[in-house]
Amino acid sequence: MMKRPKIKSIPYDDFKDNETFEKLVEELNAGGANVIVRKLDDLIDWGRSNSLWPLTFATSCCGIEFMAVCAARYDIARFGFEVTRNSPRQADVILVSGTITTKMAPVLKRLYDQMADPKYVVAIGGCSISGGPFTKSYHVVKGVDQVIPVDVYVPGCPPRPESFLYGMMQLQRKVKVENFFGTTNRKEKDPISRAEQREKDEIILSEEEKA
Amino acid sequence: METPENNKVNAPAGAAPAAGARPAAVRPAAPAAPAQPAKNLCEPKTVEPAALRKEMERLRRDEQMDFLECLTGMDWGEEGGLGVIYHLESTATGKRVALKTATTDREHPYLPTVSDLWDIANIYEREVYDFYGIIFTGHPDMRRIFMREDWVGFPFRKDSNPEKDNPLRMTNEPLTDLAPCYTLEADGTVRRSETPIFGEDDYVVNLGPQHPSTHGVLHFRIKLEGETIKKVDPILGYIHRGVEKLNESLTYPQTLALTDRLDYLGAMQNRHALCMCIEQAMGVEVSERVQYIRTIMDELQRIDSHILFFSCLCQDLGATTAFLYGFRDREKILDIFEETCGGRLILNYNTIGGVMADIHPNFVKRVKEFIPYMRHNIQEYFDVFINNVIFRNRAEGVGVLSKEQVISFGCTGGTGRASGWHNDVRKRMPYAMYGKVDFKEITRTEGDSFARCMIRMDEILESLNIIEQLIDNIPEGPFQEKMKPIIKVPEGTYYSAVEGSRGEFGVLLESRGDKFPYRLHYRSTGLPLVAVMDTACSGNMIADLITIGGTVDYVVPDIDR
Ligand code: SF4
Repeated sequence: MMKRPKIKSIPYDDFKDNETFEKLVEELNAGGANVIVRKLDDLIDWGRSNSLWPLTFATSCCGIEFMAVCAARYDIARFGFEVTRNSPRQADVILVSGTITTKMAPVLKRLYDQMADPKYVVAIGGCSISGGPFTKSYHVVKGVDQVIPVDVYVPGCPPRPESFLYGMMQLQRKVKVENFFGTTNRKEKDPISRAEQREKDEIILSEEEKA
Repeated sequence: METPENNKVNAPAGAAPAAGARPAAVRPAAPAAPAQPAKNLCEPKTVEPAALRKEMERLRRDEQMDFLECLTGMDWGEEGGLGVIYHLESTATGKRVALKTATTDREHPYLPTVSDLWDIANIYEREVYDFYGIIFTGHPDMRRIFMREDWVGFPFRKDSNPEKDNPLRMTNEPLTDLAPCYTLEADGTVRRSETPIFGEDDYVVNLGPQHPSTHGVLHFRIKLEGETIKKVDPILGYIHRGVEKLNESLTYPQTLALTDRLDYLGAMQNRHALCMCIEQAMGVEVSERVQYIRTIMDELQRIDSHILFFSCLCQDLGATTAFLYGFRDREKILDIFEETCGGRLILNYNTIGGVMADIHPNFVKRVKEFIPYMRHNIQEYFDVFINNVIFRNRAEGVGVLSKEQVISFGCTGGTGRASGWHNDVRKRMPYAMYGKVDFKEITRTEGDSFARCMIRMDEILESLNIIEQLIDNIPEGPFQEKMKPIIKVPEGTYYSAVEGSRGEFGVLLESRGDKFPYRLHYRSTGLPLVAVMDTACSGNMIADLITIGGTVDYVVPDIDR
């Protein structure tokens, strides 16, 4: 007889243990925090973290699993993510589920730029983390973090719905420790900052002219 | 214990296969080279480019070869040149031929077009131009189709280095409004001319690449007159992953992994096709047990895909409740898959010479529970959505395709069968257990969106019938043949096809006797379905594009490959 593998759920301590967050909290509170502002922050962050609206953005296989997460059994509505938006202007978080090709990369960047701050990016699946099974291909971007900054990575090919939810809960934790008033939270640089972008454009343009 | 329906060896439900059924040493090692030519060997007849037009016209007119099954670009190196393999079939007589042609001029490769004989050749030849740079003289629209227009070089040529020439470009992609056309003059020179795709005053709307109801990343440029669609110009390649090129540097067992990710709703069938192609080419016979398992899995996958089709169609038309109903049932199939294969969507189950693991002890029981469950629940689909007057009005008489059109566009699968074309590969070229089970090929004649939807609903029931006939009789046997550690396919060109969830999924394999394929081409089921959108949508309202696109049922990564 085949043995059924025993699957243990992730222990509570492991779930809570995340160096990145500890560092983030430390940095944010480095200069001390104003009591009133921090209390207000907590309240607003609590509200925000439980009503993150994702953009419906799916390029391939992982997108089907995203649909499964939205449907009856896994019910993403339990976490307040069910309001999927079709327009980037109304979305808080973009779930990059699926392979991003070099032809798609400028489109993805534009979608990201169209979203209103504060905005978050979750890279779902091997493809959006590193190119996944297609990493050797000439037409696949080797990780979306080359194009837009990523907050949470969810590995898998495709990730199981449970991993989706775990990843989204980690994003909630991140939102919860952020400051809403006064300071800026986003320290990581856009991988392609505007200046670099302009430079690159010029090079390509001049090359085109030469050709 | 139920009585078996026929006198096949009866595997007790829920029982694990005996230890003796393990694969090791049950059968002798597979022979290195088959004595007779492989079943799926195709020996394409060579035609000189100069004589190609005449030969093609003769086949089309006199032999009624009206179905261009597959058109594959090839790079045979310096001596062989750049060329094309054509697979033709006559829908009247069922006769099939394969032809090939090549030109050795790598600087200016010209071949004559066949796009006026078969509508689908238009998009296939653009694909070959995009990958190999072969220019088809007389083709009305020689634009790139998958790559950006500023892409340098032709990625599929053996001597190209696409990654070096093409860094990640973050500029917006240029889109031309002019379609280049190359004409062969009487004196042998080639003249380039350009025709505008859209006129000066045309009103053009972009749909996609990021749009929730294009089922992936697909871009249409739509010319409108008021609300009426006049022309649809698809722009593809937003999920072109270069799978075919990647395959050329992977060993055969490695190539399998990528098939699941093409049409992820036909993961089983796609991989079945590739495994079958390699097995037949090597002359390996898989055990009957494997044939049974593969057939059942293929049909479960088909049901899975059709349920998802229904759910997405509902979602696109705003019926979110029906979407949830569909996914509730789909999860049941995913549970069955998960127990045996370990995956939900990407299954990685078929292998060369068998399957990855034997079926789970619960498999038979679960499937038998699922059959009556699904038969009962499909009624709900009709109650909540299909019999709804809103859907009826949006689907009936909308996006009509005639039988001639679907054949000329090569739209196999449910889309073709909705227009009355009997194209089911399971009947045309039976494989696995399909020759032995009793099932109907579902066809209709209306050719509209409603017929396309109904075909898939009826196919769910028919697939349940097929599974019901097989599930009690899975014979004992090894689930994996003993294969050599390094798999090499004898030299030759092979073509095998299976009925995927949305049409004929074909695999063309050219081997030079190495452990890597020389060329591995997939006949995409979705590419013809996108090509036909222009014909299906013209004259309909812009809102109907969603219904039509939903019912022809394409999956974008399978189109772009
Ligand atoms: S990570 Fe795997 S499942 Fe997800 S898009 Fe990539 S290939 Fe598909």
